[in-house]
Amino acid sequence: MIPVCRLEDLPEGESVRVETTPPVAVFHTEEGELYAVDDTCTHQDASLSQGWLEGRQVECPLHAASFDLRTGQPTCLPARRPVRTHRVTVEDGVVHVHLTVAEGTAAWARSTPVVPSAPQAHSPSAAEGTRTA
Amino acid sequence: MRTVTVVGASLSGLYAARELRSQGFDGRLVVIGDELHRPYDRPPLSKGFLTGRTDEAGLELADPEETAELDAEWLLGTRARGLDPRGRTVVLDDGRTLSTDAVVIATGASARRLPGRHPAGVHTLRTLDDALALRHELTRGPRRVVVIGAGFIGAETASSCAALGHEVTVVEAAPLPLVPQLGPDMAAVCARLHQRAGVRLITGTGVAGLRGTDTVSGVVPAHGALLPADIVVAGVGVTPNTDWLAGSTLALNDGVLCDDGCTTSLPHVVAVGDVARIGGLRAEHWTAATEQPRVAVANLLAGRTVETVRSVPYFWSDQYGARIQFAGRREDGDTVRITEGDAVDPAGGGFLALYERAGRTTAVLAVDRPRSFMRVRRELVRAKERVESATR
Ligand SMILES: Cc1cc2nc3c(=O)[nH]c(=O)nc-3n(C[C@H](O)[C@H](O)[C@H](O)COP(=O)(O)OP(=O)(O)OC[C@H]3O[C@@H](n4cnc5c(N)ncnc54)[C@H](O)[C@@H]3O)c2cc1C
Ligand code: FES
Repeated sequence: MIPVCRLEDLPEGESVRVETTPPVAVFHTEEGELYAVDDTCTHQDASLSQGWLEGRQVECPLHAASFDLRTGQPTCLPARRPVRTHRVTVEDGVVHVHLTVAEGTAAWARSTPVVPSAPQAHSPSAAEGTRTA
Repeated sequence: MRTVTVVGASLSGLYAARELRSQGFDGRLVVIGDELHRPYDRPPLSKGFLTGRTDEAGLELADPEETAELDAEWLLGTRARGLDPRGRTVVLDDGRTLSTDAVVIATGASARRLPGRHPAGVHTLRTLDDALALRHELTRGPRRVVVIGAGFIGAETASSCAALGHEVTVVEAAPLPLVPQLGPDMAAVCARLHQRAGVRLITGTGVAGLRGTDTVSGVVPAHGALLPADIVVAGVGVTPNTDWLAGSTLALNDGVLCDDGCTTSLPHVVAVGDVARIGGLRAEHWTAATEQPRVAVANLLAGRTVETVRSVPYFWSDQYGARIQFAGRREDGDTVRITEGDAVDPAGGGFLALYERAGRTTAVLAVDRPRSFMRVRRELVRAKERVESATR
């Protein structure tokens, strides 16, 4: 669980990049929901936290691929692979991301057994937004 | 319509094939490409692919599943060499002919070569094979590289060579690179990126010739001293691939002439991407090649122009660690206003520049300011839509 910032420092419609490895983008939608996905677009190498947030979608600032923040799935080309989603919680006014453990990404995942069949990258539970309103 | 043939199996050809299927064409779809490779993306060739950050898999434009879904016949390694006057028969290099009801021309452009003979060590950079050959040479220890032409491809290639630790000189015939695209002020800013990275930029001199018989040994500038070189890369622009259309009835003039809807003088023949001159303009950019096919295919299936291409031009370039993005149509005489950051030191956090004319924003340039760039680019698109709906 990684603290990101105070909720009041992330107004609705804004996003922030967390310098994890790989970096994560946290979005606060106009509807007051919080989502986190891997920051680097799966198409090439643009930062999604710099993208255009519209509803629950973010448009990549380089070639305009769009991703659904709930599932991480691209909704249009040129991206073809999903970004990983991460769970977000707010505790004592501080936004936290819970990094999704996908095989081969987090170093400690190798020594920690991962439930084999769980499709971690886009499981609905990990993707559900946290409502802040 | 039973058979549609797409000539050119690259970015715009693939997007055209996708559009044909998604817009409901369920007949025979043939895609002809003279390269042996399946469609791949060219922009990384001068960037991550040269430096080794991107491999061949990273260039792929469609995965096997999607390719299977397209259900097309791929004639790869096959050149089209003619289109009959009625636009119903495509003639292939080996003499075979292919009858078709409609044609999408997506043959792109080829890198212009330097006049005369090319000794070994002289490269152009347009295709994957070009990039593989250049990358191979660049891995053989430190080299003296001379890049001819400081346009986007030249600048990106110079940047990648410098990042790999080679000694790089760029020679540009114009007094300043990129002036037609960016205007003098912003071109000067981008020119400084070379110098900051330790790349020598020589402007205002053309190239008189090359030295070396079997292998290149230097570049002879029109003015100034000989530039010793182990590798020469010519980044001197492109020529649209229209040769094969010589016997057709299509109008050709630096591209295939089309109306605003990518349609040629034959309603069942459309052109897209780098080869197409649409409404008087030929784009050489990735986004145009991905946007035009939607409109072209809609018109092709309708049998006449029912839609026009209405995008605001956009391109990006990655050089020396800076991401440059430009959108809109700049005209000579536009004033440039820096609204964010510092253009004097473009590598220090980037900047945003607006091009303005009579109180209107005509274009936007950003260096490392993707979010602000995106906002202005959207405003330009919206302003254009307003003007167009008002004049319709
Ligand atoms: C190194 C490089 C870097 C680039 N970087 C950027 C960038 O950063 N930003 C940007 O906006 N744009 C960039 N571009 C431009 C972008 O890649 C092009 O605009 C785009 O590839 C055009 O697509 P196209 O399908 O129209 O043409 P092409 O990609 O040129 O494809 C045409 C295809 O048709 C084939 N063909 C030609 N003639 C025939 C024939 N007679 N029969 C059969 N096949 C034929 C060709 O071999 C080729 O495979 C770059 C281009 C290059 C080369
Ligand atoms: S890098 Fe995101 S769409 Fe290309």
